[in-house]
Amino acid sequence: MSGQEKSWKELMFAAVSPKPSTDFLTGDWKTFTPVYDKEKCVGCLQCAMLCPEGAIIWNAAAGKVEFNFNYCKGCGICANECRVKVISMSMPDKEE
Amino acid sequence: MTTSTPISQDEWKFTAKDAALRPDLFFSGHRACAGCGPATVLRLIMKATRGPTIVTQATGCMEIVSSIYPYTSWGLPWLHTAFENVAANASGIEAAVKAMQKRGKIKQEHIDVIALAGDGGTYDIGFQALSGALERGHDFLFILYDNEGYMNTGIQRSGATPTGASTTTTPAGTVQPGKLEKKKPLTDIVLAHDIEYVATATPYYWKDLMIKVRKGLEIKGPAFLHIFAPCPRGWRTEPAKTMEYSKLSVDTCIFPLWEVVNGKRALSTPSKIFQLSPQKAKPITDYFEGQGRFRHLFKPENKQLLDQLQEATNKQWQKLLKQCETP
Amino acid sequence: MVSKQPVNQELLALNGDEAVALAVKQSNVDVVAAYPITPQTIIVEKFSEYVANGEVTTEYICTESEHSAISASIAASLTGARTFTASASAGLALMHEILFVASGSRAPIVMAVANRALSAPINIHGDHSDSMAQRDSGWIHIYVETAQEAYDSILQAFKIAEDLDVSLPIIVGLDGFAISHTLENVNVLPDEAVAQFVDERVLPMVVTHEGKTVPFKLDPDSPMTMGPNVSPAFYFEFKRQQDEAMKNALQKIQDVNAKYAELSGRSYGNGLIDTYQLEDAEIAVVVIGSTAGTLKVMIDELRSEGIKAGLLRLRTFRPFPVEQLQNALKHLKVLAVMDKSMSFGGFGGPLFNEVRTTLFDLKQHPIVVNYLFGIGGRDSNPHNLRKIFENMQQIAKTGQVDTVVHYLNLRE
Repeated sequence: MSGQEKSWKELMFAAVSPKPSTDFLTGDWKTFTPVYDKEKCVGCLQCAMLCPEGAIIWNAAAGKVEFNFNYCKGCGICANECRVKVISMSMPDKEE
Repeated sequence: MTTSTPISQDEWKFTAKDAALRPDLFFSGHRACAGCGPATVLRLIMKATRGPTIVTQATGCMEIVSSIYPYTSWGLPWLHTAFENVAANASGIEAAVKAMQKRGKIKQEHIDVIALAGDGGTYDIGFQALSGALERGHDFLFILYDNEGYMNTGIQRSGATPTGASTTTTPAGTVQPGKLEKKKPLTDIVLAHDIEYVATATPYYWKDLMIKVRKGLEIKGPAFLHIFAPCPRGWRTEPAKTMEYSKLSVDTCIFPLWEVVNGKRALSTPSKIFQLSPQKAKPITDYFEGQGRFRHLFKPENKQLLDQLQEATNKQWQKLLKQCETP
Repeated sequence: MVSKQPVNQELLALNGDEAVALAVKQSNVDVVAAYPITPQTIIVEKFSEYVANGEVTTEYICTESEHSAISASIAASLTGARTFTASASAGLALMHEILFVASGSRAPIVMAVANRALSAPINIHGDHSDSMAQRDSGWIHIYVETAQEAYDSILQAFKIAEDLDVSLPIIVGLDGFAISHTLENVNVLPDEAVAQFVDERVLPMVVTHEGKTVPFKLDPDSPMTMGPNVSPAFYFEFKRQQDEAMKNALQKIQDVNAKYAELSGRSYGNGLIDTYQLEDAEIAVVVIGSTAGTLKVMIDELRSEGIKAGLLRLRTFRPFPVEQLQNALKHLKVLAVMDKSMSFGGFGGPLFNEVRTTLFDLKQHPIVVNYLFGIGGRDSNPHNLRKIFENMQQIAKTGQVDTVVHYLNLRE
């Protein structure tokens, strides 16, 4: 349901937004995908803090970061900023 | 009386782990360009909020990408009305909260009010409303994300665009090397309103940025935060290098980080290094290189302009050092 | 007809602006955001006195422009506050962009407009150019005839604007100087009676992105996004909602007018149109604002001469009361519509256009002519006004119209 088919009577008064943007996946925007060596991740979180998408999640139990590819737009900031240089940007087909 | 914990190194360190575990109140799924500097800025600001907060935002790229109906990227109450009036909106929200608190219609003891605007909505079209709200002394934090141009409408010049930058309304041509005028000294003008807190920040130094957001919220009365936010689309830079340029802006003293608390100005740690060891500061060409908007400055005929810009940067830096307390 | 005995009231000598300020004070407004401009200034001055003397707990924002006044008003209103502002002329024009935001955001702000001419050349006197230029901004427009009606209409305006089926901002227009600055006897309701009548603001319920059903306001306990970016796939539907809210206002204005009559003993026609000697009239005038007073005197004079003249004062211009106008005017032979604003290069003034269009579908309709008058405060005395009726008599007799659009009391 996109909501697009609703009549003017059914749509919410004053255009109050009905959905969080987390329902809108931006993962398919990317050309390059971050690939990282999880073992070598030191958990400094520089990538997670600087990611414009909030697509890098801190897994406290593992002491590692994880990527949420539903939102990652493949900008490469994480790879550029990784302090231990364990993230690289790859064309997905080649890697997988 | 506020419900918040005052800023202190013991209480809230803004460690990466603390911050990462705080919910993203600027949601994923927004439609900003890949590598967007302002998007990171908004995430960091929202992570630094301290309790009940209302946000109002001026028209601009970040307003558009975060509110494309039926989706919203805002986990806090959020209002957009127009481009030039965000400080007036903040005034209205703050006054409404005060009035309704007096009359027992609002139960929260305190609500923070944040006004967000880009450089267009701050330096230019929003300037009058900003000045008026500062003069009236409303309790709010105005946050400027400065990407040095009207990026939403296709990279036009603003009062924040630096000298020499090529934009679609100051294109580098055969007789004009991009924008001829200087960047408006906005923070000086804001400071002249004699408000208690004014600071600069940039997302590479995210912890510094978050602490400044928190300080701005804790101050009673108006506070102003100028955040320098690289725009890969508008600056013609590689999306991966957004945070590199954020860092280089500080390392070249193009955008020094400082804060003014109650009239006293002090350099923030990332910039203090260059006060202590001036030789560590990088030439502005390190920052200009790789930015498409400055590409023409590297042509031989513009060598003189490039030298002038370095000289102007040095001069600004020296002026700032004088304005700051000696460490 | 008023069934109940109205409450005891105090008779005060007030000008229109003072009457408005008093009504705002009594309406328990949370926020006032305004900027001074002649001839509205007395409203904000008077209200400032209330603030300075602790007579109100309202937050009063002295903004640096009308643009910020209306912007602050919208934000305050959307935070849940009962909100009032006032303006005129250039100030209202400066608000123009944001007026559309107020109605589109469904912020039920009440604004008094002391109607004044627009520059250039600069002129501080009364005409309707300022609010007529805001015709399509999505605000309800009510125009008053007297200071008494200004007072009464501000009280009514909160009830109308804040009604859950309406939720639209409203302009109460009072003629600059003729009403704003002219001292009149004004009957004032007791504070408690007003408090009971206007009551507390109730908010519409909305469903947020969190799936919660909550009151429509900026509230950290129930975050919602207001003022999003809406594509062609949805925009038209939201504009249709506004049009429906206007239709709802048509009924609400009548209901509030009737309810107010019970309380005060005063009503203004049915709230939409106010007629005088119209039922058996053959020729009549449609007018907005204070000129109706002079016209009533004129009609009495004409009636004494055996001329069947009548008057329709349009009180509510938006929503436009189409059916009510058709029913009230269909029997006339000739109708003169008086416009206190101009539409340069158009076919007469805005009121003329709309009234004439409204009558077009009737099987039989009067001949309709237009009089542009009072521009920039130009006086319209009985002598001038009589010419309108003389012309209508001539048209009624001959069926011939020489000139459709007239300029009243202009040196040719």
